[in-house]
Amino acid sequence: MTEAVVSARDSWGAWGAWAGLPDALHAEWTKLRTLASTWWLLLAAAALTVAVGAAVAATYQCSGGPAACAPAVTGADPAKISLTGVYLGQVIVALLAVLAVGGEYGTGMIRVTLAATPRRLTMLAAKMAVVTGWTLAASVVAVAGSLLAGWLILPGRGLSAANGYVVPSLANGADLRAFGGSVLYLVLIALLALGVTTAVRDSAVAIGLVLGLLYLFPIVSAVIPSHTWSRHLEQIAPMTAGLYIEATVGLAALPLTPWQGLGVLALWAVGALLLGAAVLRLRDA
Amino acid sequence: MSVMTPYRSGLSAGRDGFGQLLHAEWTKFRTVRGWIIGLVIGLVAMAGLGLFTAGSASSSCQASGGPVRSGAACGLGFALGPAGEPVSDSFYFVRQPLTGNGTITVRLTSMTGLLPPSTPPANQSSNAPLDTRPGVEPWAKAGIIIKSGLTDGSPYAAMMVAADHGVRMQWNYTGDTPGLPGAVGPKNPRWLRLTRSGDVITGYDSADGTHWTKVGAVTLSGLPRVVQAGLFAASPVDLQSQYCSGYCNGPGGPTQATGVFDHLSAPGRVWTGGYVGAAYASGVGSYRQAGGGFSVTGSGDIAPIPVGHGGGADPAITVSEYLLGTFAGLIALGVVAALFITAEYRRSLIRVTFAASPRRGRVLAAKAVVVAAVSFVVGAVAAAFAVLVGTAITHARGYYAAPVSTATEVKVIIGTGLFAAVAAAGALAVGAITRRGAAAVTIVIVALAVPVFLAISRAVPGGAGDWLLRVTPAAGISLQQAYPQYQQVVSTVYSPLNGYYPLSWWAGLLVLCAWAAVALGVAAYLLRRRDA
Repeated sequence: MTEAVVSARDSWGAWGAWAGLPDALHAEWTKLRTLASTWWLLLAAAALTVAVGAAVAATYQCSGGPAACAPAVTGADPAKISLTGVYLGQVIVALLAVLAVGGEYGTGMIRVTLAATPRRLTMLAAKMAVVTGWTLAASVVAVAGSLLAGWLILPGRGLSAANGYVVPSLANGADLRAFGGSVLYLVLIALLALGVTTAVRDSAVAIGLVLGLLYLFPIVSAVIPSHTWSRHLEQIAPMTAGLYIEATVGLAALPLTPWQGLGVLALWAVGALLLGAAVLRLRDA
Repeated sequence: MSVMTPYRSGLSAGRDGFGQLLHAEWTKFRTVRGWIIGLVIGLVAMAGLGLFTAGSASSSCQASGGPVRSGAACGLGFALGPAGEPVSDSFYFVRQPLTGNGTITVRLTSMTGLLPPSTPPANQSSNAPLDTRPGVEPWAKAGIIIKSGLTDGSPYAAMMVAADHGVRMQWNYTGDTPGLPGAVGPKNPRWLRLTRSGDVITGYDSADGTHWTKVGAVTLSGLPRVVQAGLFAASPVDLQSQYCSGYCNGPGGPTQATGVFDHLSAPGRVWTGGYVGAAYASGVGSYRQAGGGFSVTGSGDIAPIPVGHGGGADPAITVSEYLLGTFAGLIALGVVAALFITAEYRRSLIRVTFAASPRRGRVLAAKAVVVAAVSFVVGAVAAAFAVLVGTAITHARGYYAAPVSTATEVKVIIGTGLFAAVAAAGALAVGAITRRGAAAVTIVIVALAVPVFLAISRAVPGGAGDWLLRVTPAAGISLQQAYPQYQQVVSTVYSPLNGYYPLSWWAGLLVLCAWAAVALGVAAYLLRRRDA
């Protein structure tokens, strides 16, 4: 019996190092699924994103007619306004990812996990996959809700097709990039948070670092008196650069193209995950 | 039959006063290496970002046909007032020299003007004549002025009518006292009078020319014997887009105002007309004398220039910029303060703490005092370092630092300490409520840093951003406002981005304290109710 199992594992051949992945995936899925907080956080992430986006869209007002409300005058970006909630939704997404790793270090559960899955990178890969899945689900709901809110609210607030705006919809390429890209953005934020937490192994410090990384860069780049430095900071800031993906107007004025911007965030996430993986491999749990 | 003697310990009872508790909590705090590292990170981030600001400031300029110059070589590009602050000093002046003491009196019977178009001009090239419409800018000014000379930024005192703000006495750019309210018109004229006596200039107003009211008396120290006195008109650049709110960058532009005067009485008879200062508005300005009446048209402004991004004094480096690192420091302090109690829950040390000191509210109070005191020191030291060293670096590099008084510097430094102290006490309370570090830190950052991010990055409409800085704990940032917001200047510079906040420093502190008090109250209640 035991031999049969072992031989089944051996059949992974060159992939032997990842042989434990399905089991690890199942374990991580069960751990995260059975925590009540996971469900609450996912619900909160989606609800907060949609509610803030709808509230900001409803505050918007341009009532001066086609000439006064023309896109060139207001500079308004309907897709970006609809997606304002991502600024807050990402906090919950990051918290979910931080707790997925940090919670285990807090309770000492990590030792049990590593005893069961001694290949640490396999464990990390399983966590990444599960967190990605959960975040993807919450993000799709959050972004779809924001799109719907923008589509329903904005035309009545002066950002209508009659005034020359593109009402948010997935039918055009720019909006598809903005809304689809926002889902990717939230997933990358979760992976960044996962990597940082694996590296620092404490939930409170990790969430402080992640939110600091996200919010301090734009505060500094907005206030700093040097325009050159301000532009450089925007180019390397995970949130500012990553959210270029939401822009549908004024792309020429951005320091990076939307996909380059999302690439910057992806680099941050990869860097954090590599650092986390290194710490996980080298340090005692 | 024996008497049972109850056991009595041979040890004398130790004191269990608040002082002992404070000592215990302080010992716990200072002996955890990670927390001290957190404090140092906060301190270095706060002070270091300020120095980065001062060291990285750069500007470049190019005179037409000349080489591109940068930094200090550019000069200022704006005038400095008597107190060294940036001012705009451009207006149309119909003047005569006034020797020694004297009085100038006039009646203003109407004020009209021109505003920029209400909709963006189609294919307007920059040097085409502006398409204008009749209307008066709310802070357009016309009246009489006594000015020490014709140099930019020289001292003055003036009596004027501001289009929508009634009679004002203004002096030395920042001084402003209201007189008679109401708009001026042929049926509602305004009499204005300025009297010089030594260094003191007194302003009066009147509705009928017989009953005079003193509006104010100001001392312009060092006023020369011969000064310039006469009529003036000025009208600032229009920034308003009346028809839209939220994300607007609608049209604005130069404006002009015309004041119609009569019953002018002054010591001399000969009048000279001309611009004072750089006419940054498209050059209009003239006067017409007919009989005893004058009509004076001008644009420009006699007022302070707000310091900050996108304003007339953009290269000026401000105190708000030195304090850029505040939120980096606050996040570090918030993490440490929350961990100060959540770590005890995680390690179950809290049970020992409560066994040693069963009055749980006092434990919370002692912890709050310790983190607040430590955070005050970190905040104030970092702010003092950033402001003082930052200013020194700015001066050494030859850049212009917008001046603040020593009292303001002290207010900002102590204010930053208080902001950090109260925020840390609040973070501790949130930690006691959630008993989980990550949740507490998230709540603290969302309450403190996210509103500031949303307000200054204009991620939410301007009005909503202002409300966030009124009602959330981030209102504490009002303690860092270093420059006054003058109501006689309409400017887009007055925004949280540039360190102008919607609440006064004490109101901001009050809002922050109210949040911290609520959090501490809930924490004390829950500590007593819940099992440890």
